[in-house]
Amino acid sequence: MNKEQMAESGEVAVRVSNVSKVFNLPTEKNNSIKSAFISFPRKKRRIVKQQALKDISFEVKKGEFFGIVGRNGSGKSTLLKIIASIYQPTSGKLEVSGRLVPFIELGVGFNPELTGRENVYLNGALLGFSPKEIDAMYKDIVEFAELERFMDQKLKNYSSGMQVRLAFSMAIRAKADILLVDEVLAVGDADFQRKCFEYFKTLKKDKKTVVFVSHEMSAIREFCDRAILIEDSKIFAQGSADKVSQLYLRQFMNSTDQESGPTSKRWGDRAVLVESIEAKVEADSIIINEVLRVRANTANPIAGIRIRNSAGQEITGTNTQVEQQDLGDVKQGQRIKLQWRTPNIFSDGKYFVDPAVVYADGVTVCDWWDEAASFVIKKARRLPYNIDPGFQLEISA
Amino acid sequence: MLRPLLKGKITGVKNLKARYRYSVILLRQLVKTDFKLRYQGSVLGYAWSLLRPLLLFAILYVVFVRFLKIGGDIPHFPVYLLLGIVIWNFFAEMTMQSLGSIVGRGDLIRKLNIPRWVIVLSSSISALINLILNLLVVIIFLLINNVDLLKTSLFLPLILAQVYVFALGVSLFLAAAYVKYRDVNYIWEVILQAGFYLTPILYPIAIISNQTLQKIIFLNPVAQSIQDARYAAITHQTVTISQVFGGSVLKFAPYFLSIMVLIAGYAYFKRQSKSFAENI
Repeated sequence: MNKEQMAESGEVAVRVSNVSKVFNLPTEKNNSIKSAFISFPRKKRRIVKQQALKDISFEVKKGEFFGIVGRNGSGKSTLLKIIASIYQPTSGKLEVSGRLVPFIELGVGFNPELTGRENVYLNGALLGFSPKEIDAMYKDIVEFAELERFMDQKLKNYSSGMQVRLAFSMAIRAKADILLVDEVLAVGDADFQRKCFEYFKTLKKDKKTVVFVSHEMSAIREFCDRAILIEDSKIFAQGSADKVSQLYLRQFMNSTDQESGPTSKRWGDRAVLVESIEAKVEADSIIINEVLRVRANTANPIAGIRIRNSAGQEITGTNTQVEQQDLGDVKQGQRIKLQWRTPNIFSDGKYFVDPAVVYADGVTVCDWWDEAASFVIKKARRLPYNIDPGFQLEISA
Repeated sequence: MLRPLLKGKITGVKNLKARYRYSVILLRQLVKTDFKLRYQGSVLGYAWSLLRPLLLFAILYVVFVRFLKIGGDIPHFPVYLLLGIVIWNFFAEMTMQSLGSIVGRGDLIRKLNIPRWVIVLSSSISALINLILNLLVVIIFLLINNVDLLKTSLFLPLILAQVYVFALGVSLFLAAAYVKYRDVNYIWEVILQAGFYLTPILYPIAIISNQTLQKIIFLNPVAQSIQDARYAAITHQTVTISQVFGGSVLKFAPYFLSIMVLIAGYAYFKRQSKSFAENI
């Protein structure tokens, strides 16, 4: 019996049948007090209907790690909230068997005016724990969060890192048959992310039913058994996590122009600007072709690039100064072609190229363009790390 | 096909039980938190719960009994006044606090599937705790004023229960309506202000000579129960609804109204609560 057949025969934990969701969004047209008063007696609240989900059906089996994948605004968070019974579907049905705990945010209900200890009991109640149950696990919670000395201080005096630690320490104790986890959980520093992923691993080992929402394909492939891809409010694909994440990358990551267009950020006085930039992936190297245009005479500007992964982590970067190839004094109207080449040591995923040109002082920005170009790496093998430079392994007896 | 059906029923009961347990845990914790936060940062802390009604009483006594000399023919008028104020304040505080409770807890509602009515109930219980503390002050003054203990005092809890039922119905309605229409709190403030003067709190109901007006005033459950409470606990020399309406069945109207308001308020709340998360 292979894995998929096993899932087929298993019991259903969550069944979503033909669920649609329409939001009625009121639009306020009265911008001024005057018009609000004039139109008050016959004020029509204009309602705009927004279809967030269309006819969604799927099942999550008991013990399955199930992924929901989709771009921002595709409706995946709405779907998560419907599964959590926070939103009611406009039509369709939701069946859940077992106790379900949603983690849409860490530390829900935390009150800055209460002490750490009081917040533990409050947050615990929201997770369904009686004060007695919290008493029993209080020591573990505090120890795990490494906050022994701070529990009688008000939460407002905690650093954000301490708050997250406390919240996370609470969250992992939730007794649930089904966990809903939003990707926002995995924000924070690298250390915290590691803790999160370790938690996911224990969930997987313990055969918990987990519904996991993310657009981080590496996480989806690492943890999920099956996944659905939501696009434009509908199920675009469903199947094994590998299949769905590959489809996602192919479908949405290649349209780099689209994505780098409106969402990218760019600033600077543009005395020297990046006219064009593109990134190519070859078998064993990445080639970035860049054209600079000079709009005003500038003494010895520095051009550089930075490469970040889809989570925004900086992987690498360099500039003309580091490479000891100065551009020299550039004249108005001049065009300069640059080609950056680096070995393809990146692991699977999408990467963004941020080109920049700064003045000789190294600080003042001529042109800084975040996510001007991007490239996607698909390798035969996958490492859950930022780079995959290739290893030579020798085993001897 | 029978088996899954049966199983569904059993898990249904189990879910209901779990849901009930969750509600109780949550309710207790929310009330506790409310109480902790109420006097947060004040030097006297919880002492304010008793000090506030005491000081209020001092003001009322000076203004109405010493200066205005109202209610001279009613025995124990200062305590009579205080009891009315305490009951009205309870009604006003509970409805006003509950009104904003759902919107105020929007962070929870948007992120967890908590039973919504627990939130309104928790703010109503906070008001109830305050009422009990205030009543302690009233009892102290009853003793100081040498008010004869009336057997009818035993009805007081029942009368207060009626006020609570009415206030809870109103609270549920207001809390749900406020999610959609943010004008509700301004409107309700005005209504409370008007209600304060249309209810015989500061003045004896007897000074209203117009019989019809008296009857209309008595149809308000808060007015009726304030008079009932005064009659039960302080002096029989006051007007109650049964005296005004005599043999007419209308004298049961405010009691009936209280229950109807609770049912209607709950029904409205229940229907609206489905869309709280998206409307807040």
